[in-house]
Amino acid sequence: MPFDYAPAPESRAIVDIKASYGLFIGGEFTDATDGTPFKTISPSSEEVLAEVSEAGPSDVDRAVKAARRAYTGVWGRLAPAERGKYLYRIARIVQERARELAVLESLDNGKPIRESRDVDVPTAAAHFFYYAGWADKLDYAGLGPAPRPLGVAGQIIPWNFPLLMLSWKIAPALAAGNTVVLKPAETTPLTALLFAEICQQADLPPGVVNIVTGAGETGRALVEHPDVDKVAFTGSTEVGRAIARAIAGTPKKATLELGGKAANIVFDDAPIDQAVEGIVNGIFFNQGHVCCAGSRLLVQENVYDEVLDSLRRRLGTLRLGDPLDKNTDIGAINSAAQLARIRELSDVGESEGAQRWSPPCELPEHGFWFPPTLFTGAGQSSRIAQEEIFGPVLTVLTFRTPEEAVAKANNTPYGLSAGVWTEKGSRILWMAGRLRAGVVWANTFNRFDPTSPFGGYKESGFGREGGRQGLAAYLTRGGPGA
Amino acid sequence: MPRPATSRLDVRKTYKLYVGGAFPRSESGRTYAVVDGKGSFLANAAQGSRKDARDAVVAARKAFPGWAGATAYNRGQVLYRVAEVMEGRREQFAAEVAAAEGVTARVAQSTVDTAIDRWVWYAGWTDKIAQVVGNANPVAGPYFNLSVPEPTGVVAVLAPQRSALLGLVSVVAPVLAGGSTCVVLASEDRPLPAVVLGEVLATSDVPAGVVNILTGRTAELAPWLAEHRDVNAIDLCGGDPEQAVELERSAADNIKRVLRAGEPDWTSDPGLLRLTAWLETKTVWHPMGV
Repeated sequence: MPFDYAPAPESRAIVDIKASYGLFIGGEFTDATDGTPFKTISPSSEEVLAEVSEAGPSDVDRAVKAARRAYTGVWGRLAPAERGKYLYRIARIVQERARELAVLESLDNGKPIRESRDVDVPTAAAHFFYYAGWADKLDYAGLGPAPRPLGVAGQIIPWNFPLLMLSWKIAPALAAGNTVVLKPAETTPLTALLFAEICQQADLPPGVVNIVTGAGETGRALVEHPDVDKVAFTGSTEVGRAIARAIAGTPKKATLELGGKAANIVFDDAPIDQAVEGIVNGIFFNQGHVCCAGSRLLVQENVYDEVLDSLRRRLGTLRLGDPLDKNTDIGAINSAAQLARIRELSDVGESEGAQRWSPPCELPEHGFWFPPTLFTGAGQSSRIAQEEIFGPVLTVLTFRTPEEAVAKANNTPYGLSAGVWTEKGSRILWMAGRLRAGVVWANTFNRFDPTSPFGGYKESGFGREGGRQGLAAYLTRGGPGA
Repeated sequence: MPRPATSRLDVRKTYKLYVGGAFPRSESGRTYAVVDGKGSFLANAAQGSRKDARDAVVAARKAFPGWAGATAYNRGQVLYRVAEVMEGRREQFAAEVAAAEGVTARVAQSTVDTAIDRWVWYAGWTDKIAQVVGNANPVAGPYFNLSVPEPTGVVAVLAPQRSALLGLVSVVAPVLAGGSTCVVLASEDRPLPAVVLGEVLATSDVPAGVVNILTGRTAELAPWLAEHRDVNAIDLCGGDPEQAVELERSAADNIKRVLRAGEPDWTSDPGLLRLTAWLETKTVWHPMGV
């Protein structure tokens, strides 16, 4: 029996959204000199939230110049401990303004407030806290004595975890002594622009962090700018390929955190209720807009019926709706374009012969919505089993033996993450050793921590974010001859 | 000439022990006069006794599971909070250090600043030390094998005699960063900054009993701590060199980890010595196989 819930909306009064935003360059908001302003909307209502500047090539050039000046003039020369103290300040202000950031994130992105409040924002603060401490400990990072920063980093982040991805990019870069030009996604620029204000409150020297808003062309201008030393990108494998091509033959370094099609593997000895919670969290967390989402469920054949029954029952209890409601489990799809892609791939799934199922689920009238969806009976090679849908769509496959589970799990060009559910510790480790993925979660899924390196094998990208390894992306060998 | 009516008499502080999160006097009822660099009277400090030392060990042991079990992230936040609260009392600490160490106001201020930054340095280590000294071990067999550092337990610390604040912070913060708890004997002749530090710790989210600060005669109290069976380690840093061998022998009874006496230049890079001294390495084996 479904429960009735009274609405429990988080107040948006805490957030003060400006009518329009400029670009954050050299410590100040400035008007764009070229480019056409665009609007950012709330995907749950299609309400226009603000008008945002589009940074054209000359704006990107100004931002890179500001970052270079800050690098050579201030940041690169600052005592490492003092760099760390700026990052601690930022971490504290993110903590202090956490609720404001969470509400703004849910408004602009469409994700449930429960997730922005309990995951995105606290983890972002923790990232700054963690890397703050590394700033004066780089000699211990395992990269040889006195490693040195790379210079100016151009960073491009996606719309699925706007503030969290910003923290993954900016915190290690700054701790290592680099300065940055960051481009948030065009559909979710607002928390990055609020972060610019946080940099001001922290008295961060002008130019250390620059935020340029815009879409693909702005990103391209940043990647191709000759004075950018390092490109860090999180997004689709397709764009990742284009970036890798664009920097070929240049001295630029890159880290790419790209797509995924993670297998979530459930053995017959797994605690089924716990596994079902993990499956739900794996694919329906953040509407499935997660590069490491457990979008391919691999169930051992003899527990298939039990798992599927339990899963269907659980999906019937998920609450879809207003992202600002504290009881909401599934929020809005981030954009009309993404919704179209999810719909298209789901239709392909059906036309390829898979069975589609969703619980009874009323979708709001306005905004972009897609119900939690299961596909069963799909072939290994069908598009819904191979391509990243990036939405609340789970494809269910089966296996008989551990060897078969490994073979099927690895049967993808991606290799970002994987999940294993079994009571047997030795099997977890045996599986972990054979899965070609950068993160393996055992009896849990979608866990993130600043101390824990994250990143992909194969076409899911290269380089790691988080942990000691995350520093390596922003440092080069020091010492004589460096 | 009578005092003008507007001038007021200052309210002086009673300097007490800091044990289990409270500020008791010594159960012995004893105090001793503390003087500044020129021999002028500053205050009567509590002269801790054997019983006070044993109470402090009990408090430290009681606090150990909670502190060791806190997440490294949480410990880092707490240590950083200590720095924040100290920063707010910068002037007070500078005055205490100037009086205790007989240095100029400028030197005192810079000493306090370094002490605050030292908390920040160790705050950053809480969630990194395992990544620097821990490791996966590629054993020749189908086993997962991981070594991780864990806190040693209760550490007795004989604080530096000369550097009353910076030296003190430099020996206490690494104990906390690693997840151990401690009983600290403050500098015998310069104990007052240590008592003020206790006041900071009491108001900065450091759980009661994680740090316990005793003032008194080092030579009298050190042997009780060195031989105490529920103390796992001892930092002889500020101990009397003539007593050091005897203390080390006592410490051997229950195989205490020992850092020997000697005061380095506290303003220099502390490195990992004092952090790793109070860490054990735990190695976990687990078979791999279907």
